[in-house]
Amino acid sequence: MAAQNFKHALFSAVVTLIISYPILGFNLVSEGISVQLEGADTFTLVGVFAAAVVVFLFQLFRDTIMGGLGKLPALNPMANRPPMPQRKRLKVESVLLTLMLIGALFWPFIASRGAVDLATLVLIYIMLALGLNVVVGLAGLLDLGYVAFYAVGAYSFALLSQYFGISFWFALPIGALLAALFGLVLGFPVLRLRGDYLAIVTLGFGEIIRILLNNMTNLTGGPNGIGGIPDPTLFGMEFGRRVKEEGNTSFHETFGIAYAGEHKVIFLYLIALVLAVITALVIRRLMRMPVGRAWEALREDEIAAKSLGLSRTAVKLSAFTIGAFFAGFAGTVFASKQGFISPESFVFLESAIILAIVVLGGMGSQMGVILAAIAVTILPELAREFSEYRMLIFGAAMVLMMVWRPQGLLPMRRIHIELKPQG
Amino acid sequence: MLEVKDLSMRFGGLLAVDQVSLDVKEHEIVAIIGPNGAGKTTVFNCMSGFYKPTGGKIVFEGQEIQGKPDYKISRLGLVRTFQHVRLFSKMTVVENLLVAQHRHLNTNLLSGILNTPNYREKERKSLDRAAYWLDRVGLTDMANREAGNLAYGQQRRLEIARCMVTEPKLLMLDEPAAGLNPAETKELNQLIISLKEDYNVSVVLIEHDMSLVMDISDRINVINQGRPLASGTPDEIRRNDDVIKAYLGEA
Amino acid sequence: MQDLLYFIQQLINGLTIGSTYALIAIGYTMVYGIIGMINFAHGEIYMIGAYTALITITGLTALGIVWLPLILIVALICAMIVSSSMGWAVERVAYRPVRGKHRLIPLISAIGMSIFLQNYVHLAQGSSNIGFPALVEGGFRFGPEDSFQTSISYMQIMIFAVTLVCMTVLSLFISRSRIGRACRAVSQDLGMANLLGIDTNRIISATFVIGAALAAVAGLLLGMYYGSIDPLFGFIAGLKAFTAAVLGGIGSIPGAMLGGLILGVAESMTSGYLSGEYKDVVSFSLLILILLFKPTGLLGKPEVEKI
Repeated sequence: MAAQNFKHALFSAVVTLIISYPILGFNLVSEGISVQLEGADTFTLVGVFAAAVVVFLFQLFRDTIMGGLGKLPALNPMANRPPMPQRKRLKVESVLLTLMLIGALFWPFIASRGAVDLATLVLIYIMLALGLNVVVGLAGLLDLGYVAFYAVGAYSFALLSQYFGISFWFALPIGALLAALFGLVLGFPVLRLRGDYLAIVTLGFGEIIRILLNNMTNLTGGPNGIGGIPDPTLFGMEFGRRVKEEGNTSFHETFGIAYAGEHKVIFLYLIALVLAVITALVIRRLMRMPVGRAWEALREDEIAAKSLGLSRTAVKLSAFTIGAFFAGFAGTVFASKQGFISPESFVFLESAIILAIVVLGGMGSQMGVILAAIAVTILPELAREFSEYRMLIFGAAMVLMMVWRPQGLLPMRRIHIELKPQG
Repeated sequence: MLEVKDLSMRFGGLLAVDQVSLDVKEHEIVAIIGPNGAGKTTVFNCMSGFYKPTGGKIVFEGQEIQGKPDYKISRLGLVRTFQHVRLFSKMTVVENLLVAQHRHLNTNLLSGILNTPNYREKERKSLDRAAYWLDRVGLTDMANREAGNLAYGQQRRLEIARCMVTEPKLLMLDEPAAGLNPAETKELNQLIISLKEDYNVSVVLIEHDMSLVMDISDRINVINQGRPLASGTPDEIRRNDDVIKAYLGEA
Repeated sequence: MQDLLYFIQQLINGLTIGSTYALIAIGYTMVYGIIGMINFAHGEIYMIGAYTALITITGLTALGIVWLPLILIVALICAMIVSSSMGWAVERVAYRPVRGKHRLIPLISAIGMSIFLQNYVHLAQGSSNIGFPALVEGGFRFGPEDSFQTSISYMQIMIFAVTLVCMTVLSLFISRSRIGRACRAVSQDLGMANLLGIDTNRIISATFVIGAALAAVAGLLLGMYYGSIDPLFGFIAGLKAFTAAVLGGIGSIPGAMLGGLILGVAESMTSGYLSGEYKDVVSFSLLILILLFKPTGLLGKPEVEKI
C-alpha cells in the first residue's frame, strides 16, 4: 500500500511539474514579428517546484490527511447543534433581510459616488442571478447563453430610445417582454433536449446573438455599440444639468437645489434596488406556487412529472421565459446605467459569471444567490491587486464547489408546510 | 372503461408485445402477470403514453388514446406508478402531493403572485387533500421530510398517494409489492382493495407476488413472451394448464 | 472554370480545418462515449498544446537548432506530453470526484475547469495574440496563370498527412490493443466492465490522455496554419469540435472524423461565398439544427430512455 502510494505520489508530482513548468516557466514575448522566449523569475520557478512538492506530500499522506479532514467537523462547535426550529429560523431570516434592506436604502446617502455605482451593478447582478436561478436552480435547465437575454433587454432599450425616443419607463417593460419573447421563441424548439445538449445549444444561441450584434452594423453600430442612452426620469424630471427633452423639467430646478451629478447615480441605484426587490419577491412567490413546484418536479424526475400530467414543454418554457424576462429587466437597467452598450458586455464569460453566482450561492436558494452576487461583484473591487486573478479564482471555485459542496454555500431549504390534523 | 385491442409494440427487430388485448371494467381490479421479460411493463408504457404502440388500439372511456402524449393521458384520469419508485426526491412529501394536483389549482400566474382569495382557497383545498391522503397511507409524520429520505415501503405508499390526489379513474400499478416485507404487502393489499371499494377507482396491476394477485384481482391476464396466454378469474388461471406450463417451464 | 477552381479552393481549405476539428472532436466523443459527459475543458487542453508547441519551437530555435523535421517532432512530442498530463490531471481533479452525481454537476465543474485553464495561460503568457512562425512555407498551384488559381500549401498537405496518420494509429489502437478493447467494453457498459475486472478508472484516464494527445497535435497544426495563438483560441475551436462530434454522432469515432470534415467544409464555404464573419453563426446553427432534428448525429446510435 505504502509503495503504491509512493508511486502515485511521485507520478502526480511529475505531472504537476509537466503541466506547470513549460507554461509558467517560460514566457513568450513578441518582439515585432518574431517571438522570443524568456525564463520566468525565480519566484515563479520556486512556486512551481513548491507546488510539485506539495502535491507529492499530499498524495503520499493522502489517507492520513483525508482522515484528518473528516474529523474536522467535530472541532466545529456549531456542527452538533440541532438545527434552529422552523419558526425561529424564519424570524432570524426576516430580521436579517429587513436590516439588509434598510441598509441598502440608506447606502447611497452615506457612501461615495463610486460605491453607489458599484452597488447598482451588484443589484443588476442580483437580478440576473435570481432570474438564472429559476432556470438552473429550480428547473434544472443549464442555460449557458443567459447573457443573450440580458443583451436583448439592453439593446431593445438602446434601439428604442435611439429610433423612437422611448423613455426608460416605457422601455423597461418592453425590454423585459422582448427578452421573454426571445426566451419563448428560442426555448420552444430546444427545451426537449437533454441537459448537457441544452447547455451547448444555449451557449450557441448566446454566441449567435453576440455575433449578430457585432455584425449588423447598420442597426446596432457593430463593435462600436450604441451610445447616448437616456437616463431614467422621475415623473418627467430629468437628472441632467440641462433638460434634453421638451416638456420635461429638471430635478434640481424643480426642488430648488443645486445640481449634483450624484442625484442621477442615487436615483438609478434606487430604481435598481426597487426592481431587485420586486424580482426577489415575485420569484419567491412563484417558488411557492404550483408552477414553481412543477419546475422542481421536472428537475427531479421528468418521467414521473409527465406521468402526473405535467406538460414538459410548458413547464420548462415557463421557467425559461420567466428567467429571460428578468434578464431583460436587468439589461434595461444596465443600458441606462452605462449610457452606452456594445457586444463586449455580453460575452460568454458574463454568462459564466452569472452561473458561478448561482452555483456558489446554492442552486435554488435565493438568499444564497443574493449573498453570492454581492460577494462576487464586490470582492474583486476590494482586492484590486488580485483582480486579474478574479476569473482564475472563479473557475477554481466552481470546480471546488462541485467537488465538495455542490449544494452551494447556503443551500436551498425546503418550505415547511403545516398541515391541518386529520380527525 | 378501458379496452386494449391487439396491442403490438416493436423495437427494431424485436416484437416485445404481440397482439395483446385486455379490458378493464368500472370498479374492477385486473392483474397482468407473466414471467420476467414477458412485456408487461411495455404494455403499461404503451397504455400510459410513454411509448407509441406500433399496432392496435387503446380505448379509454370511448376515446382512442394510443400514441397520445403521456401527460394528456394522465389528465384523462389514467395514472400510473413505476416499477422503480419515481418520487421527486429532493422535495418534501407534501410537496410531492401538491405537485400532483397542479390541475386542480388555478394556473393563472397573476392570481398566484397576487395571492388572491380565490387562489388561496384552491391552495387550501389541495393542502387538505394532501393531508387526507398522507393520513390515509400513514405518512402524516413524514410530511415535511424529503421524499428521498423515506424508507422504501413508505416511498411506495407515497407514490400511490401521489397518484390518488390527482383523483384518477384508473390506476396502473407496476409491481407495487416489489421489495416490500410480508406485513407491508398485507397493508398494500388492503389499501388497493380500499381504493376500489371506497374511492371507486379501477386498478390494473403488474405483480409477481402471486398471493397478492390471487387475493385481490377480479380478473387476471397472463402474458408470455409478448403474447397473451390466458385470461380469466383467479380460479380459472390457477387451473389453466398453459399457465402452469409457462411458469413451471420458466422455473 | 474560374468558379470551379474557386470552389475547389474552398473545399481544400475546409477539409484542412475540418481534419483538425476531427482531431479535437475525438477527445469529446471518446469521453462522452465512456462517461457521458461533455469535457468542456477540452478546448483549453488543445490551446495548451498549441502554447507548448510554440514554446518548444521558440526554445529550440533559440538553441540554434534549424533542422525543421527535428523541431516539429520535438514540438509535437512536448505538446502531446504536456496536454496529456493536463488531460489526466483535469480528470483526476475536476471530474473523478463528481462522477456519477447529477448531470449538471460534472458539467459545471468542467466549465469551471475551462475558465480556470484559460486564465491560467492568460496569466502566465499574457492575453495578446502571439505569432506562430510559419515553418512550412510554399505549395502547389493549379489553374491558369492570369486568373484565379487553386493552391494547396505544403502546410495543408502536412495537416492532411498528420491527421491521417493519427486516425489510422487510433483506429488500430482501439481495435487491436488491450486498452483499446477495454475502452470499447467500458463504453458499452461501465458497471459490467468493472465487474469483469477491468480497471475502469484507468481506462477513463486513458481516454482523457488519448483525447488530449490528439488535441495537442491539432494545437500544433492549427497554430502553424493560422499563424497566431491566444489564450481564448481554444474556446471557440473546442465548441466547433464539439459540434463536429455531435454532427457525426457523439460517442462514435468515425462520426467525429466525418463531422469534423463536414463542419470544416461548411465553414469555409460560408467564408468563401458569404462572409467570414458569419462562419461561426453557420456552425452554431448547424449544431442547433442537428441537435433538434437528429440528436444522435449521422453515425450515432439512438439512445433508448429506460423507465
